[in-house]
Amino acid sequence: MTRVFQKTARIVFFLSAAASAMAAALVFGFLLVFGFPLIGGGEFFSLLTRPWSPGQGLYGFLPMITGTAAISFLSIVFALPLSLGTVCFMGGLGPARISRLVDGFVRFMTGIPTVIYGFLGIFLLVPVVRTLFTSAGSGMCILSASLMLSLLVSPTMIIFFKDGFDSVDVRYIQAADALGADSVQRLIYVILPEAWPGIVTGIIMGLGRAMGDTLIALMIAGNAVHVPGSILDSARTLTSHIALVSASDYDSLAFKSIFACGLTLYVLNAFAVIAVRRLGGKRGPV
Amino acid sequence: MNIRILGGCLRVFSWGAVLVLTGSVLVLLGYLLVKGVPSLGRDLIFGQVNVLDALLLKKRVFDGLFPAIAGTLSVVLLSVGLAIPVGVCAGIYMSEFATVLQQRVFGLMFDILAGIPSIVIGLFGFSGAIFIHRYISNDFRPCLAVSVAALAFLVLPYITRTTQASMQGLSIQTRQAALALGATRVQNIFYVLLPQSFSGILSGIILAIGRCAEDTAVIMLTGVVATAGIPGSLLGSYEALPFYIYYISSQYTDAEELMSGYGAAIILLGVCAVLFILAFLIKRRLAGPAGPAPGRFHG
Repeated sequence: MTRVFQKTARIVFFLSAAASAMAAALVFGFLLVFGFPLIGGGEFFSLLTRPWSPGQGLYGFLPMITGTAAISFLSIVFALPLSLGTVCFMGGLGPARISRLVDGFVRFMTGIPTVIYGFLGIFLLVPVVRTLFTSAGSGMCILSASLMLSLLVSPTMIIFFKDGFDSVDVRYIQAADALGADSVQRLIYVILPEAWPGIVTGIIMGLGRAMGDTLIALMIAGNAVHVPGSILDSARTLTSHIALVSASDYDSLAFKSIFACGLTLYVLNAFAVIAVRRLGGKRGPV
Repeated sequence: MNIRILGGCLRVFSWGAVLVLTGSVLVLLGYLLVKGVPSLGRDLIFGQVNVLDALLLKKRVFDGLFPAIAGTLSVVLLSVGLAIPVGVCAGIYMSEFATVLQQRVFGLMFDILAGIPSIVIGLFGFSGAIFIHRYISNDFRPCLAVSVAALAFLVLPYITRTTQASMQGLSIQTRQAALALGATRVQNIFYVLLPQSFSGILSGIILAIGRCAEDTAVIMLTGVVATAGIPGSLLGSYEALPFYIYYISSQYTDAEELMSGYGAAIILLGVCAVLFILAFLIKRRLAGPAGPAPGRFHG
């Protein structure tokens, strides 16, 4: 009896693990099958570079690729100095008591729903952008979305940066202390040079989070389907494009292009995950 | 450059970064509270309907958040309930039975699954619904069941990873005591390892609940609608708080509706904050001097 139970339990554990692992493959399979008519025949790469113009039968998603690239890159440009500064603060430049508070606050920030950032973006940030930059039109533009997005990705980056800082061999730090280094010298000469894998990991994870977010870009980037010319232009990301699916005709090419967007996001994410694993950084959900 | 000047700059820079980051988030949340708190009250949730009548489902609430709250509650409970058994079992396997190769391959798959943008998970649920609609039943369309399944996919890797991490974090003494007394491996798991890593797993589950409650991208493709009333069936549409916030932000017709959007945002933020603090407290108890060694995970 117990032997049967042992066996069953072990099989159940294995099946659960295998099923969870297969889930990632299942998602990929569904995207592939549904997007196949567009992707088959080696057309995928020409889709990436073509404009979106359903009237002429063109379903390329170049505008969405550039939109995603612009918004996520710009949000990292804003978030990187904020995150580096904050993690240096926690790594010895700030008072210990305040550092602990900041640490808790940053972790709390990971829990703020992205729809709330989008909502406040519409009613607080967008009017400000509209007033400051008259050429921004309605104020719904790449700049607004990436400013808001930088608040979303900063905690992710800070947590990975901090893991990198914490993984520096404590003996190196003690050696620097023994030589009389102060907290600034310790940071510049010992921690920062040793912590770079954590910093690269943090940037990749931050980029992934920025590209994968839907609601902020959907709500405050304007969603215009054209290749943006400046950061004050309205833009549509791959994620917003999927969210704006109008499912009237399941067989139309316009509908199928959405799965090509999904596949692009999936593949970019898989590359990021593999890169982070290669770096040997700390993994796991954040 | 002179290290003293550089150090001074770095110090100023780090203080500036902290102030800008925390300051802007505090300004945003402060604005939300100032604008939204006046809308909080019984009417926001129940409208003109008597509270008891609404809770007992005697009367339908049309101008309140009650249906959205009920929808969010059901979608969260069902999807986390679906993900917990599979996720915990998978975590046990990863920690206790998996070979090095399995750990590597499955681990990679879990990481990929955890990183898939939630809108893509939503698209997956949506295509699943089309698949069923086309090949199994013509009446099938995106509904509560589809959202539940898709959200379960979303949080499965969280639960697996936290289970695995907190079991692997147990000390060798804890692992071997029962085995030395003659317990089998499975007995050891159920009587020692699982109870010992319970708080780690629980904090992972709470974070998963938060993730489900705040997610908008998955549900907006898989069956959530603006008005549906209390969710009545797994095959029906439903309302949800995050989607309500999104919907109101673009579709509000008067100031009162907009105010209810602020109210919904405060409620959602409150729910997420409470869940976060709960997970934090449980994890801190775990990391305390009396508890077992902390696992290799973080919020």
